[in-house]
Amino acid sequence: MISFTLNGAPVSTDAPPAERLSQALRERLGLRGTKVGCDAGDCGICTVLVDGESVCACLVPVARVSACNVQTIEAVTPDLTRLRAAFLRHGAAQCGICTPGMLMAAAELLARVAQPDEGQVNAALSGVLCRCTGYRKIIAAVMDAHSDAVATLPSLGPMVGQSLPRKDGASKVAGDSFGADHVPDGALMVVAVRSPHAHASFAFGDLHAFAARAGVAGVFTAGDIPGRNAFGVIPAFADQPAIASDTARFRGECVAIVAFKAGLEPDFDKFPVHWTVLPTLHSPAQAEAPGAALIHPFRSGNKLIEGRVRKGDAANALAGSAHVVSGRMTTAYVEHAYLEPEAGAAWMDGNILVIRACTQAPVMDRDETALILGLPTSRVRIIPSAVGGGFGSKLDISLQPLIGLVTLKTGQPCRMVYSRAESMASTTKRHPAEMQGQIGCDAGGRITGLQFEGRFNTGAYSSWGPTVANRVPVHVSGPYFTPAILATARAVHTHGPVSGAFRGFGVPQAALWQETLFDQLADKAGIDRLEFRILNALRDGDLSATGQTMRAAGIHECLTALQPHWKRALADVSHKGPFRRGVGVASCWYGCGNTALPNPSTIRIGVTPQGRLVLHQGAIDIGQGSDTVITQIAADALGVSVAAFALLGPDTAITPDAGKTSASRQTFVSGRAAQAAGTSLREAILRMANAGAGAVIGFADGKVLVTERGICHVLTLDQMPPNAHGYALMIEETYDPPTTPLNSDGQGDPYAVYGFGAQMVELEVDTKLGTTRLIKITAAHDLGRAINPQLAEGQIEGGIAMGIGMALMEEYIPGRTDNLHDYLIPTIGDVPPIESLLIEVPDPNGPFGAKGLGEHVLIPTAPAILNAIRHATGAVVTQLPALPHRVLAAIKAARDG
Amino acid sequence: MHSYARPSALEDALRLINSGGQRLLAGGTDMYPGSGSQLAGNLVDLTGVAALRGISLGAGLRIGGCSTWTDIANADLPGALTALQMAARAVGGRQVQNVGTLAGNLCNASPAADGVPPLLVCDAVVNLASVRGQRQVTLADFITGPRQTVLAADEVLVAVDIPASGLLGRSVFLKLGARAYLVISIAMVAVRLVTDGNRVGEISVAVGACSGVAQRLPDVERALIGAELRHAAGLVRAADVMASLKPIADVRSSAEYRAEAATELVARAVAQVAA
Repeated sequence: MISFTLNGAPVSTDAPPAERLSQALRERLGLRGTKVGCDAGDCGICTVLVDGESVCACLVPVARVSACNVQTIEAVTPDLTRLRAAFLRHGAAQCGICTPGMLMAAAELLARVAQPDEGQVNAALSGVLCRCTGYRKIIAAVMDAHSDAVATLPSLGPMVGQSLPRKDGASKVAGDSFGADHVPDGALMVVAVRSPHAHASFAFGDLHAFAARAGVAGVFTAGDIPGRNAFGVIPAFADQPAIASDTARFRGECVAIVAFKAGLEPDFDKFPVHWTVLPTLHSPAQAEAPGAALIHPFRSGNKLIEGRVRKGDAANALAGSAHVVSGRMTTAYVEHAYLEPEAGAAWMDGNILVIRACTQAPVMDRDETALILGLPTSRVRIIPSAVGGGFGSKLDISLQPLIGLVTLKTGQPCRMVYSRAESMASTTKRHPAEMQGQIGCDAGGRITGLQFEGRFNTGAYSSWGPTVANRVPVHVSGPYFTPAILATARAVHTHGPVSGAFRGFGVPQAALWQETLFDQLADKAGIDRLEFRILNALRDGDLSATGQTMRAAGIHECLTALQPHWKRALADVSHKGPFRRGVGVASCWYGCGNTALPNPSTIRIGVTPQGRLVLHQGAIDIGQGSDTVITQIAADALGVSVAAFALLGPDTAITPDAGKTSASRQTFVSGRAAQAAGTSLREAILRMANAGAGAVIGFADGKVLVTERGICHVLTLDQMPPNAHGYALMIEETYDPPTTPLNSDGQGDPYAVYGFGAQMVELEVDTKLGTTRLIKITAAHDLGRAINPQLAEGQIEGGIAMGIGMALMEEYIPGRTDNLHDYLIPTIGDVPPIESLLIEVPDPNGPFGAKGLGEHVLIPTAPAILNAIRHATGAVVTQLPALPHRVLAAIKAARDG
Repeated sequence: MHSYARPSALEDALRLINSGGQRLLAGGTDMYPGSGSQLAGNLVDLTGVAALRGISLGAGLRIGGCSTWTDIANADLPGALTALQMAARAVGGRQVQNVGTLAGNLCNASPAADGVPPLLVCDAVVNLASVRGQRQVTLADFITGPRQTVLAADEVLVAVDIPASGLLGRSVFLKLGARAYLVISIAMVAVRLVTDGNRVGEISVAVGACSGVAQRLPDVERALIGAELRHAAGLVRAADVMASLKPIADVRSSAEYRAEAATELVARAVAQVAA
């Protein structure tokens, strides 16, 4: 037995002595607030204190803490209490998966230094990665943790426009319950056997013998799948097997699953599978070469799809232009690197298969899992866990059909937790892009025409490849009036990882090409780079590249908001020895919601006979804050405080479909549905009370109180017959954005709402080493209406951090960087101070004028960084990430060229 | 079967590993990554041996093998070990610095081990113990290749000794990577300088991550001895740097870049330490 003091109380465990402390804490002692992100000491989210010193619990043998004092996130101490309050006040927790590690690392610091400065915070927290927040609000919270202030919920007045603390904040700072944190009694463990090769056929040996090993409950292969062994987020393209049947088409593809009793993991080195390595198509160029083998026989030329936008005669426009620039841009596979590897549990509830897992799209999960398992959707229930970051990858199913299959076949509950390497190898990536083309302007600097060709490596299966191929041509003009355009983007299959959805769906790649060429074009035209963008910014009434008449186009406002900062930054530029400073700017626009397709959300609000106000909020909160924002919208529509609402989450059995959390659609689309539901409920209540529009609504024990000019009308709820959902009053509203299909030239109104933004980057390049130091980023984003300004800033800072990673360090190489020390994401020291300028040009379609923001914020960062590097050094970087050796080579090319 | 022992006396640890088939465990920060829910094998955890931890100054300086990076960073050490202390603050994050040990870093023998260049410039000697007795090996001879050392299966690296001559002067450490923290070096440099008036008296230069094992740069050192301090950095020549290095290309950098960066970093480190 190993005995120690855990959060002040004595505990003992019979864990094997060399078991990871994290494993013992979570699986033996039941404290699952400590999270596991990498099992390698790379991410720090498992940080606990041993005798007051922070350690990664994944790297410590449990026996070593014998007789020690161990503190975890479950501890209650004065420092932790102040830190938790400060995190809530500052909006320092988004998804919450890194929060326990951040809080424990900060607790160690506060014990040494009561009021740390920024440098001390950075050094103390540098061992914990965060993928959501961009770190700035975490730094601010720790520096402010000495204060005793608490975040409060106002009970009166408008809720929209206020920086209310997150509705789910208390859970986040306590150590929320993610996919790996719910363990049904007696749950089997499930492990996937995955292909070590990018392309290989395989055959199994004696699976029965393996299944007969001690502790093994079953081995399942493609032949065991009762339904259709093909999934894909876009039904018409569904091509990916849940378990490959005889050929693996990418490294990390699942070929079998094994269920075993917890603690009795069989030796997977003995798993009987024989591989025959087949020729591999690594790149789109190989896949498109004449005579290349077809990855899917029904897709000739290995082409999944090509998207296209054509307006006017671009070739002619370019030929007649005063200035034309042409260029190429190449980007890498980018990994989402959320710190929660996929995890979940499955069990039977009667004849209903219940799956609780991390996800961005519960109804899509339900429908796809049901198809694979041959069940009607009524027999599958998806209960989303807290989601430790998604960024697009958790839109696709991962383990849902695998654990569903095990529970269906064995009748027993089971759970599965991906390893970091497994998560990185088997789930989707950002499409690597090869882009080229030309942009022209007239002598006065006005854009005349644009030609673009993009080839996107979509990997082995379709996933969101069609969405990327369609979004890129629509957006490649940037938010600029472009009279003539010819743009194509094709998604090409390779034996690479599946490329899918990743914050921006291909638009960040396209913006890199367009915005870097804009700088060269502005130079040719002899116009200041910011003024050039202002000159060309889309204005209300202009036609977009798809011929849509723009409304509420806030890009001009964003760019002009940067003008004073731009002048100041240019004046600040100075050079010292090899260190050269530069300033860059880039813009974004992004259509919110599906591209020219239906995209509804439904929101339900009910009042129980007891007078409890319940909001069925089906928009998955992956950290961005939809639980809070949707509630704020509903509150103002109904005329109550957010505190009046109890929330029921996106469980497919109890909450209507609010669609997927993607495409920056939840604030807009689900927000509109919430606004409609709140408004309808208000109208119904006022009608029943025969009260006027200005009446105040309140809920009390079994009653609705409607107060008007000092007179209180009482509606007695328990005299109203409850409906099938148990509500005395209930409203359900659906909103579907008005869009039109695109014709064969990509012309139409693909989105009802666009958001806009522009960012300015100040940096310094070490011209001898090619390294880049960011100094400051100023971000102006038109979000229509800031429903919750603090959450909006959190999105901006987090998106910028991701853009920094994409620009400077992130490149996923299958089999080589499937860990978080070779695959680098920004640390706390890599994100400079960020000044957010929230621009509000209300959209007539948005709830209270609000537009989407979540993806927009990533788009301008990387091109603005490249533009600043060029401004500083003349270096034109055309391959991302801009690692030091690439920047140095570009500096030399500029010098010699 | 797995076993685990955490002796408190060095003799017990040595007796245990003398029986063969044992895995030595120090901080664990290099051993746990890649393992399952527990570390496999017959483990002898050395972190319970108090005699292996601590820093003591006598004629030379002795750093116990199981001293952590935090121990080293917090210690009051002579300027010759400033480079080692700077490296200690650059190994992983604080969580890793709190448990990761100097001996573990040396025995793991990664080409990018942060502890090696700062110790090479101090002419460090490692003390190896077994039931057969003790022996001393210079650090330069201890690490023989990437992930390879002369440590025998029954030996423990008990301490690192810095001779009195290696404690003279002052030092700096520069680390180059693609992000601010938690980064495996593209290249790193340690330089120790003993001045002679306004001239370079003695100078030691070592570079890591640019060859299979971190290397001293004797050609650079020779070229700088006797130079005026303010001119020393200008005397660092690429050919002298490259004479001792064999950089490779990997996911972090090209080989050409490593060569160029190493030269630049050496010049900067010399300039800093001479300033």
